[in-house]
Amino acid sequence: MLLRHTPETIVERSALTINPAKTCQPIGAMYAALGVHKCLPHSHGSQGCCAYHRSALTRHYKDPIMATTSSFTEGASVFGGQANILEAITNIFALYDPDVIAVHTTCLSEVIGDDLPQIINKAIAEGKIPEGKKVIHTNTPSFKGSHVTGYSNMTASLVQYFSEKTGAKLEQINLIPSFIEPSDMSEIKHIADEMGIKYVMFPDTSDVVNGPMDGKFRMYPHGGATLEQIKSAGDSVKTLALGRVGAAAAAKLLDTKCKVPCEILDLPIGLSATDTFVQELRLAAGVSVSDAVMLERGQLLDVMVDMNQYTYGKTVSLVGDPDIVLGMAQFCHDVDMKVIHVVSGTSAGAKFATRIKELCGDDVIVKTGLNADMFYFHQLIKNHKPDLILGNTYCKYIARDEGIPLIRIGFPIYDRVGHSYFPVVGYRGALRLLEKVLDIFMDKQDKEAPEEKFELVM
Amino acid sequence: MAHDENMAVDAEEFKAEVLSKYPAKVAKKRKRQIVINQVETGEKVPEILANSRTIPGILTMRGCSYAGCKGVVLGPTRDILQITHGPIGCGFYSWATRRNQTKPETLESPNYMTYAMSTDLQEDEIIFGGEKKLKAAIDEAVAMFHPKAIGIFATCPVGLIGDDVHAVAREMEAKYPDINIFGFSCEGYKGVSQSAGHHVANNKVFTDVVGLSDKAKPGKFRFNILGEYNIGGDAFEIERIAQACGLTLHSTFSGNSCYEEFISAHTVDLNTVMCHRSINYLAEMMEVKYGIPWFKINFIGADATAKSLRKIAAFFGDKDLIAQTEKVIEEEMIEVNKVREEVKAHCAGKTAMLFVGGSRAHHYQELFDEIGMVTLAAGYEFAHRDDYEGRKVLPNIIVDADSRNIEELTVEKDSTRYNARKSEAEIEKMKADGFTFNDYRGMMPEMKEKTLIIDDLNHYETEKLIEKYHPDIICAGIKEKYVVQKQGIPLKQLHSYDYMGPFAGFKGAINFYREIDRLVHSHVFKMTKAPWQESPELTASYAWTK
Repeated sequence: MLLRHTPETIVERSALTINPAKTCQPIGAMYAALGVHKCLPHSHGSQGCCAYHRSALTRHYKDPIMATTSSFTEGASVFGGQANILEAITNIFALYDPDVIAVHTTCLSEVIGDDLPQIINKAIAEGKIPEGKKVIHTNTPSFKGSHVTGYSNMTASLVQYFSEKTGAKLEQINLIPSFIEPSDMSEIKHIADEMGIKYVMFPDTSDVVNGPMDGKFRMYPHGGATLEQIKSAGDSVKTLALGRVGAAAAAKLLDTKCKVPCEILDLPIGLSATDTFVQELRLAAGVSVSDAVMLERGQLLDVMVDMNQYTYGKTVSLVGDPDIVLGMAQFCHDVDMKVIHVVSGTSAGAKFATRIKELCGDDVIVKTGLNADMFYFHQLIKNHKPDLILGNTYCKYIARDEGIPLIRIGFPIYDRVGHSYFPVVGYRGALRLLEKVLDIFMDKQDKEAPEEKFELVM
Repeated sequence: MAHDENMAVDAEEFKAEVLSKYPAKVAKKRKRQIVINQVETGEKVPEILANSRTIPGILTMRGCSYAGCKGVVLGPTRDILQITHGPIGCGFYSWATRRNQTKPETLESPNYMTYAMSTDLQEDEIIFGGEKKLKAAIDEAVAMFHPKAIGIFATCPVGLIGDDVHAVAREMEAKYPDINIFGFSCEGYKGVSQSAGHHVANNKVFTDVVGLSDKAKPGKFRFNILGEYNIGGDAFEIERIAQACGLTLHSTFSGNSCYEEFISAHTVDLNTVMCHRSINYLAEMMEVKYGIPWFKINFIGADATAKSLRKIAAFFGDKDLIAQTEKVIEEEMIEVNKVREEVKAHCAGKTAMLFVGGSRAHHYQELFDEIGMVTLAAGYEFAHRDDYEGRKVLPNIIVDADSRNIEELTVEKDSTRYNARKSEAEIEKMKADGFTFNDYRGMMPEMKEKTLIIDDLNHYETEKLIEKYHPDIICAGIKEKYVVQKQGIPLKQLHSYDYMGPFAGFKGAINFYREIDRLVHSHVFKMTKAPWQESPELTASYAWTK
């Protein structure tokens, strides 16, 4: 057994986290910054943080992840990291020529209290930032929140630094996605495109971390939201935030800073949640839903109906980030699967639990935040085995020990490809997800059916 | 590209061009870290600046002290329960990502390597101190897992807020006297790279683990391998070969290892050192305290493996052992030579560059050499001068502020258990016969003239190397992999082996030959250009649409 020491009996823990269902804030900030065109993420701390984040993101995306670090030594940790980051800024502009350096803090620089706005002002005063270039920051102490809130913080900082209300009324909508795959960001844009809606999406990591192999390495790939776009978000008619934990902060800030009203939606995973998103898009832009989008919806529903007997009543355990897990729960609800466990290392609040219970029934076990880890998730599964696990790569240890199929969703996925290219959001994403689910249950039936009951047509 | 053409690139010109883009302060430093190889009599090579601070803002390969301590040295040990004391990230990123394989003795034997344990410190604990939570975490771990030993690993903020992991370890050990509990001050900001963490790990393993039990594994020729971490099953292959030769491998530090082997590791008669950088400290300290001689070996490369086995056999000096070792080598080399010749026919003259770790960039040159490939440039991520220039330069290495903050233990002979395995006279005689102890020649004396040696290679320099030298393959790590591969050049990861292996020993050599053959000949790298990009002139002759 891979996880041979995990007991079935659940004992409450208050101090020891085992097999976390989250990671730290800075990696989320790094990922969000990659969704800005010609932006170089910079980790203000010791270099191990940056090395770990780049490695984790690279393993997940199998694409270059470029980011720099202040490379603190013990001296910097005692006397402050100002000298390090000022030197870094000089070197970065000389060598890598980004339009923006997006600095995020770490537990180290937060504990010593480095004041980044003051340091950035000093860099400006000393002429270290070339004309037209920007250095921005966000605070992401690792002892607060998770990778999802780190992503949210950097996204809000983009608004703080760049979005402006100029008074021009732009007929465009802001789309702010939570910490999701580049393929999902593309799919959200696809729906808006199909409906003929003008939009600004940020962060947008599509065509950044799922770039092509064409014989060239690009330090700054083609994708990413441009600074002009993020600036113009302050003049948009509305913001749709997709995912409460990962995307609401930036949307709310656009409201308070630039008076752009916002709607906080769930991630459009599954038919119902996508319907909500499409409906909000339609109302915000004053357009009708195009035939192309209706066709995608219809095709999804067609398969849901045709194959309902294979999903109806199946039980599912979910682990991952709140926005994605909530989306998965909605998808499961749409196809009549019953979610029995929901675990997230990221705190998601009482409303989240209420929403999950509305969708999955009162007997679903929900735990988020401290000590809501994958060790506990595994114990829940030992006590009540589901038909299917939905979660990240680390679930494979549980899946193998318990003999339960796993579909990889969320972050990180280190051992399969596809997530970068094929979405789970939108109608087409739901169809892909449904195909994966059906393959699992139907393969299982094919494998386990007695010979006399082996079916040709299913 | 053919090797001769590459060697036509003038290394001095290359260096000058690279340095010209740097800001003055950076250029001044990198000038000393980029060296053009030249080997003079007595294996004298140019001095390189190594184990020096990473330049802020430069895209480096390097990680931190915690990664070197918890990730590299202690991580591969299956039954020391490891708790990361700090916010969640460090524990998360070091969770099973290094591919250290392990095989517990039985289905019930302890194995905590699939578990990432952390105190997940929150803001309140950062403000008011995290020791209370650490103690509670240890209580919870003990209640649930009943381990024999617990290691506590300090992360950056822990050091700054003043949590004393050693005091907590002592207190909890008093509470649980049957459990060996020890802490590592491996905060990420210590030192300049992973290297500091190796040293911290060596020190604590030496003071708190090795020597606790005198229970020796039975066997006539008993030895340890230090600095072999069983990535991709390397240690399994080495164990197989050692056993076939009639050697008793007592403990590997730390691939496929367990606590019982560590605590009795001082009972062997020989320490062999594989990764000099990460573990030479332990070899040296065990020699002083217990009288165990050590020398450097290398199981990467079939010829290097044979050479290392012969040296081990010669050390023990037993005729039967020597004969059996020769027999094993002869038998193993049949298949090795067959595959080598087959692969060499395709690969000879192709070029490689290796930038990784603290020994692999050196060791893997052996394998490339065996299939006729040429190393154009190499460098380490976190090694010291002695790994480049050889241990002969050790007395001349200046200890700077960053190295000084890693404790240098004062070791004395153990009053009861010191036992010189070989008398001084025996050692002197062996040396006179050409046998070397406490040796590491370093990478540079074994590399060709005019090759480039670059310490702490960064992204910009990688780009320039590719642009000027067009190597057929580059060896580095995950962060570099796709940067290089996007350009149509295969990158072989030498940290994780790209989820393959083993590459050590005889079977490992065969695996590596075949893998390199695949990488330099695979069709996939040759399809970068679409047909209409390959011959764009055709479009002109059919330009109807204007």
